[in-house]
Amino acid sequence: MTSMTRILLAASALAMTSAMPAFAKTFVYCSEASPEGFDPAPYTAGSTFDASAHPIYNRLVEFKKGTTEIEPGLAESWEVSADGLEYTFKLRQGVKWHSNEKFTATRDFNADDVIFSFQRQASADHPWNQYISGISYEYYNSMEMPSLIKEIVKVDDYTVKFVLNRPEAPFLANIAMPFASITSAEYASVLEAAGTREDLNNMPIGTGPFTFVAYQKDSVVRFARNANYWGPAPMIENLVFAITPDAAVRLQKLKAGECHLMPFPAPADVEAIKADPNLKVEEQAGLNIGYLAYNTTMPPFDNPNVRKALNMAMNKQAIIDAVFQGAGQVAKNPIPPTMWSYNDAIVDDAYDPEAAKAMLEAEGVTDLSMKVWAMPVQRPYMPNARRTAELIQEDFAKVGVTVEIVSYEWGEYLDKSMEAGRDGAVILGWTGDNGDPDNFLSVLLSCASAQPGGANRAFWCNEEFSALVAQAKQTADVAERTRLYQEAQVIFKDQAPWATLDHSTQYVPMSNKVSGFVMSPLGDFTFDTVDIAE
Amino acid sequence: MTQPVANQPTARLSDAAIRRQMLAEFWFYFRQNRGAVIGMWVFLALVFIAIFAQVIAPHDPTQQYRDALLVPPVWQEGGRAEFLLGTDAVGRDMLSRLIYGAQFSLFIGIVVVAIALIGGIFVGLLAGFFGGWVDTVIMRVMDVILAFPSLLLALVLVAVLGPGLINAMIAIAIVYQPHFARLTRAAVMGEKEREYVTAARVAGAGKLRLMFKTILPNCLAPLIVQATLSFSSAVLDAAALGFLGMGAQPPASEWGTMLAEAREFILRAWWVVTLPGLAILISVLAINLMGDGLRDALDPKLKRS
Amino acid sequence: MIRFILSKLLYLVPTFIGITIIAFGFVRILPGDPVLLMAGERGISPERHAELSAQLGFDRPIWEQYFDFLGRLFQGDLGNSLVTKKPVLDEFLTLFPATVELGLVAILLATLIGVPVGVLAAIKRGSWFDQVSMTAALVGFSMPIFWWGLLLIIFFSGVLGWTPVSGRISLLYFFPDVTGFMLIDSLLSGQKGAFASALSHLILPSVVLATIPLAVIARQTRSAMLEVMGEDYVRSARAKGMSQARVVGVHALRNAMIPVITTIGLQIGVLMAGAILTESIFSWPGIGKWMIDSIARRDYPVVQSGLLLIAGLVMVVNLLVDLTYGLINPRIRHK
Repeated sequence: MTSMTRILLAASALAMTSAMPAFAKTFVYCSEASPEGFDPAPYTAGSTFDASAHPIYNRLVEFKKGTTEIEPGLAESWEVSADGLEYTFKLRQGVKWHSNEKFTATRDFNADDVIFSFQRQASADHPWNQYISGISYEYYNSMEMPSLIKEIVKVDDYTVKFVLNRPEAPFLANIAMPFASITSAEYASVLEAAGTREDLNNMPIGTGPFTFVAYQKDSVVRFARNANYWGPAPMIENLVFAITPDAAVRLQKLKAGECHLMPFPAPADVEAIKADPNLKVEEQAGLNIGYLAYNTTMPPFDNPNVRKALNMAMNKQAIIDAVFQGAGQVAKNPIPPTMWSYNDAIVDDAYDPEAAKAMLEAEGVTDLSMKVWAMPVQRPYMPNARRTAELIQEDFAKVGVTVEIVSYEWGEYLDKSMEAGRDGAVILGWTGDNGDPDNFLSVLLSCASAQPGGANRAFWCNEEFSALVAQAKQTADVAERTRLYQEAQVIFKDQAPWATLDHSTQYVPMSNKVSGFVMSPLGDFTFDTVDIAE
Repeated sequence: MTQPVANQPTARLSDAAIRRQMLAEFWFYFRQNRGAVIGMWVFLALVFIAIFAQVIAPHDPTQQYRDALLVPPVWQEGGRAEFLLGTDAVGRDMLSRLIYGAQFSLFIGIVVVAIALIGGIFVGLLAGFFGGWVDTVIMRVMDVILAFPSLLLALVLVAVLGPGLINAMIAIAIVYQPHFARLTRAAVMGEKEREYVTAARVAGAGKLRLMFKTILPNCLAPLIVQATLSFSSAVLDAAALGFLGMGAQPPASEWGTMLAEAREFILRAWWVVTLPGLAILISVLAINLMGDGLRDALDPKLKRS
Repeated sequence: MIRFILSKLLYLVPTFIGITIIAFGFVRILPGDPVLLMAGERGISPERHAELSAQLGFDRPIWEQYFDFLGRLFQGDLGNSLVTKKPVLDEFLTLFPATVELGLVAILLATLIGVPVGVLAAIKRGSWFDQVSMTAALVGFSMPIFWWGLLLIIFFSGVLGWTPVSGRISLLYFFPDVTGFMLIDSLLSGQKGAFASALSHLILPSVVLATIPLAVIARQTRSAMLEVMGEDYVRSARAKGMSQARVVGVHALRNAMIPVITTIGLQIGVLMAGAILTESIFSWPGIGKWMIDSIARRDYPVVQSGLLLIAGLVMVVNLLVDLTYGLINPRIRHK
């Protein structure tokens, strides 16, 4: 039996019991992790958003498919005041809420839902702030919403005004992020009355292209097409997430026709997948950076020439070959090439051990021994930090630098690597949240983020660089922002607080039958435009 | 695990001549078990490989040949003569890594058994000899440890101590130790009231001397059997921890860790996945074969089976 | 008999208290901080860190947290997962049937194959069957099952394409959970092919999980049979001209089963350890995988309560084995 007939047979079996149309098109996605829950606000994992924010919900503004540009979502249009402090959103009318056995909406989406969605995260006193005890809204906090948003005003049922405390250019990109998904205030009051508030998280109601059907823990999530969707309706009738954490197993399932599309193949398998006549692979540079951050406050690493010399001693292409199996590209800037304002004019320090050695000697650095920190977990920007550290160890040995590799438990690693006076250089990286350069440059390299609680693990504080980035953040004009960011990248390269290692390539293998899938530079997986051939 | 305890050792032997005869008898029984002899030879070969790894291994196990990533074994197309069993993802010679891996496995087995055995004997002697509340407290603690599935407890312990080979060994030893403690205690309880112990006590032997010199040698047989069993389980469990990322850390060529690292190549390079597992299986099998022979030869009651 | 049971139960109380101390204590001295893990690469300000720790109750003295834990335990509250924010008990109960189903099928496989093989090997002692089966058993006993599982996947799913790669049932079947056991639920659903699908998903994982218990049971059965067959009454029965089948069936087998049943019971702990590995290889949504993931995520409430539930379960099963043993073998009771 071919997998297609199997799907058809099974689909008809499904139809008999669950009142779905016969021969319903079912699309199976082998997801990499269980969703933590279905309310996007309290969670941070991309795999959670793929199963909640993207299929079920909408936001006021959204990222245009396949880009990091902003387009209207539940807000049809918006106006920004001249001082950049007031954002007035005109809301879309006639947007229907999903329904389930407990809830059928009596009204369309309106301003109350917007206020509810933000207020419950903003205010600890809001009755829905702790609707599950012990939850917190990490994205809302880490995107600095509490200090940014002064108030949210309901102008009328279909007009909402956000008043900010300071002008902030990335604001629209921020509220296009999953945590800002709009939930139904009416559903909340129905649940409140029924005494089952946690169902907001277990049986989500949204306005998105798919409605939630069922979740079997650690195994399957099921969605169905939202027949009343305000946007273009999805082509597929049923969307199923088969939770499969192991990459090798995911690939097996894809090959066996048990799913149509999978994320994150093992880099080693990509060649074989490309050769498979039944599969195809789409690829694009991920919105990420892997780096080695020196401690720029400790001698001899406080000397930019020493850092540059070490960067020259590093064979980055060899790392891409051995660790990424080619599934990545050497990085020269702290932001990925798919991001606007990427400065392509910058020339990377060439791999030259001889020159590096001479440069170190010229700076009076001989017999240097240092630590290189390798994180214990796989991250999108770095599939195997240990292996990378081993390669760096060998490269540095050739210029007379002895490297000791150290590692800690992940939480401890994150903590200790941010301790002032840290001994050694740290391998780490970053995946962008909203596609704005500020989300990289200011979060990872500004003076402010070199403080405890920040993420500047080079402890690099360059006044000139920080001033440029801060200025860009308050500038609305994209051309002007681009110029500022490009200038900042020149300073970064000159000062070399990091060795920029890689941007990993994101591969998405899928069955040949799949059409219409659009890769997101943000790494989201969305299925409202996919179709499968019969 | 505890059945051997129930068996009362047969006739009391205290004479050197009889001891020699016992040894001969042991060898006689051991030799009869063909599997045990084969196991012994394989085990000796492993010991040899581990000791002379530096001489035997064709390459340094951590040397990365950047021009030879994932080269298949020599008999397969694309194989290269200098890498008999191929190379791994960063171009390290598989054969050399497997050879050095033998060191890890034997080291793990020896250390785990030593810690568990010494700890268990000490605790078991205390409990058995003193009895009363000492016994009660000790045995309750042992019960608590035994109530957890061993691998799960070892996992949590390693998480507490931090992933790494030494910590994995300590964790496994802690988990195994109650078996030895129980065996020792039961044997001591059995021996305590025997005439030769009473005689020694009457003759004025101190408690310590009684415990270690008089009683202990007479309950060694079940302990030795348990030790071989633990040896092989330790190798397996350490590999499992390595596989789960909680044991020896890369680039150590511990077999379980090699397997964990190789998992992503399961469909592309069979040798990096198959060979370390085979090495684990063969060495554990050899030790178990030997253990069977030992048990048959040492344990009079089971000799018949 | 009742006194025997009571004494056994009483005996469990201090053990159980010990288990709560280990489950709570070990987990709380785990290095690593769930708050930091949640923050990820971004980092977290010291103020926000303190705020979140306080919200989760981690800022209070450890003994206070322990008694709090005990107090809530007796009210049946095992806490909420830090990751999913859902009650631990709910999560345990949704995942537990998957593990039980896998474990039961595995132990059934191990018993149904292991016992006959052991009996036959004992009867035909020294034959080629005895030698081959006992060698195989020893190989099984020595098997690194995480590797064995990978090999089976490569061969049966990858090369031959006979079995599905992972999961509990083809995703195209969708029916409500009634019992949580996929084999039963698929039958109840009345959907054609659902049962076959559930069964085919169970084959490889249960074979992998059954490997070690099967080997142990076969070996134990063989030696128990040999021992019983050497006893005087069996020899005399045989001398009296009783047929081999009758001797084996009536006398030997029944007596040999006592230690075998104990062995089977004691495999529960082995199964639990095996389930951790098997579930993580086959993406089986059970409690073994849940525990590993939770340890990695420092999800304290899940690890604590999960350890407690698993240890409690092993304890209860061991008690049942003890009691059964006491019933079958009255000598034990009076010891």
